Amino acid sequence: MFGKKRRLTAYNNWGYAFVAPFVIVFLIFSVYPVLRTLYLSFTDLKVMGDAHLVGFANYKRVFTDKFFWKALGNTVRIWSVNIVLQLGLAFLLMMVFSDVKYKMSGLPVFRVVYYLPNLIAATSVAFLFSTLLDWRYGTFNIMISQIYKLFGARYIPVDWLGNVKTAGYTISVIQSWMWFGNSFIMLMAGVQGISKDYFEAAAIDGAGRWTIFGKITLPLIKPIMMYVAVTSLIGGLQMFDLPYLMSNTASASYGSTQTVMMYLYKFGFTAGTIQTGFASAIAYALFLIILTVSVLQIKLFNRKE
Amino acid sequence: MGYRIKKGILYFLLIVLAVSCLLPFLLMVVNSTRSGAEISTSFTFIPGKNLKENWEIMSGYFDLFKGMLNSIIVAVPATLLGAYFSALTAYGLAMYKFKGNKVIFAAILVFMMIPGQLSLIGFYQLCTKLHLVNSYIPLIIPAIASPGTVFFLRQYILSSLSNSLVEAARIDGAPELYSFHKIVIPIISPALATMGIMGFIGNWNSYLLPMIILNKNEKFTLPVMMATLRASLDMVRNQGATYLAVTISVIPILLVFCFFSRYIISSISAGAVKE
Repeated sequence: MFGKKRRLTAYNNWGYAFVAPFVIVFLIFSVYPVLRTLYLSFTDLKVMGDAHLVGFANYKRVFTDKFFWKALGNTVRIWSVNIVLQLGLAFLLMMVFSDVKYKMSGLPVFRVVYYLPNLIAATSVAFLFSTLLDWRYGTFNIMISQIYKLFGARYIPVDWLGNVKTAGYTISVIQSWMWFGNSFIMLMAGVQGISKDYFEAAAIDGAGRWTIFGKITLPLIKPIMMYVAVTSLIGGLQMFDLPYLMSNTASASYGSTQTVMMYLYKFGFTAGTIQTGFASAIAYALFLIILTVSVLQIKLFNRKE
Repeated sequence: MGYRIKKGILYFLLIVLAVSCLLPFLLMVVNSTRSGAEISTSFTFIPGKNLKENWEIMSGYFDLFKGMLNSIIVAVPATLLGAYFSALTAYGLAMYKFKGNKVIFAAILVFMMIPGQLSLIGFYQLCTKLHLVNSYIPLIIPAIASPGTVFFLRQYILSSLSNSLVEAARIDGAPELYSFHKIVIPIISPALATMGIMGFIGNWNSYLLPMIILNKNEKFTLPVMMATLRASLDMVRNQGATYLAVTISVIPILLVFCFFSRYIISSISAGAVKE
C-alpha cells in the first residue's frame, strides 16, 4: 500500500518536468512584461536613461488628456458600427441557416466563403482596400461611376478614406467584412450543438418556426452570443492594424481614425514621441476600461435570465 | 408568395453576400495583370496583358519572396514549438497531481483574458535588454507558452484520453516521455492539428509585434514588408504592380486554407462551444 502510494507520487513528480518549459517561458515572456509595463506606468521613463517613480501622474495625465478621450471616442465609434454590422449579419445568417421551415443547404460552402476575408493578413487587406478605394484612380469609384453612367448620371468621386465624414465608417465596414464569417461560424456551432430532439419534440407539439427560434434556439445559444460579444469587445477596443495601415498621418481624416492603440503606439514606439511611462499608463488605462465594460456586459447578459 | 420563391430569394441574398466576399479578391487578381493607366480609367473582369511588366516593376522595389522566406522561418518553428510544448504542458496539467498545478491553470485562465497590449511595452524593453531586437527569437520562443492552446488541449485530453491507457504502459515499464510521444500525441493529434493550423495562420499574419521587434529591411516578415509598400510605390503609375504584390502575399495562406479549411472551421466552432 505504502509502496504503491510512493510510486504514484513519484509518477506525479513527472508533472513538474512536463510543465517546466511552459512555466519558464511564460514567466519570462508573458508575466514579466505585463508586470514591467505596470511598473513603468508609474515612472517618468522617456526613451533611455533612468526611470523615476512619479506615482499616479501618468494616469492623471491619461484621464485628463483630450487626445486620449478623442482616440477612445474614435475607437468606440468605429467599433460600434463594425460590431452592429458584423454581429447583425452573423445573426441573420444564423437565423437563415437554422430555420426549420426553409432548411437551407450549402452551409459548408457558404461558411468557407464567408470566412475567407478573415484569413488574409490585415496588412494585405488594408493595402488592397486603400488601392481599391483610392479617390481618383481606385477601381471602386470607377466601378460606381460606370454604373452611374449607365443611368446617365454623373458621379462625384468620394474620398472614402481621406474624408473625415467617411473614413471611420469605411474602416468599420471593412472590419465587419473581415470578421462576420468568424462570428457566424461561432453562432452556427452553437445552433448545431443543440440536440435535434428539442426541435423534433417542439415540431410534434405543433410549435411554429418563430416559437422554435425564440424558445429553443435563442436561449440555448445565449452563452455563445455572450462569448462572441465579449471577445469582439476585447479585440475591438484594441483595434490597431486596419486603422493604422489605412489612415495617413498627413490626411485630414487622421484625427477621426486614430484609435487608442495607435495613440499608445505613438508614445510607445514612434521615434521622436516616445514617452514609455505615459504609454504604459495608456495600456493599463485601456485595460481598466475593457475590464469594466466586459464585466458590465457579462452582468447584463446574465440579468435577463 | 410561394415557398419556393421565398427560398430562392434567400439563396440569392446568400450568394450576393458570398460575391461581396470574393469580389475584392477577384478585382485584385484581374488588376494585377493590367497596367496602371488601364486600372485608373476603367474596370473590367477581363485580365490584361501587363502581368510580366507589373512583375518587373514590383521586383525592382523589393523582394517579396525574401519576405515570404522570413515569414516561414518565423511561423513554422513558432507553430511547431507552440503545438508540441502546449501538448506537453496540457498533458502535465491534466494527468499529474502536483503542487502548483491549480495555480498554473488559474494563471493560464487569467492570461487568456488579458489583452496583448498590456505586455507590449514591457516585452519590447525585455528584448532590448537581452539584445534580441532584430532577432527572430522573440517572435518564436514565446510560442512555447500559449495559454489558449494549453487550455484547449487540456480540455481535450481530459475528455478523450483514458488513464488506463497510460497506466498500462507504465506497468509495461514505458518511460513517461515515451508514453507521451507514442500514446498521447497520436490520440490528441486531431486537436493538435486544429490548434497548429490556427497558430500558423496567426503567426503568419502577425503584424504589430514583428513591426516593433524588427527594423532591418532584410529581416522583415511578409506583413511588415507589405506595410512598407504603400510608402515606397508610386501608386498611380504602378497600381498593377501593387495589386500583384498583394496577390502574391495572399497565395500561401489561401493554399493552407484550401487543404485545411475543415480544421479551421472546426477550431472556431470548438472555441465557441468550449466556453
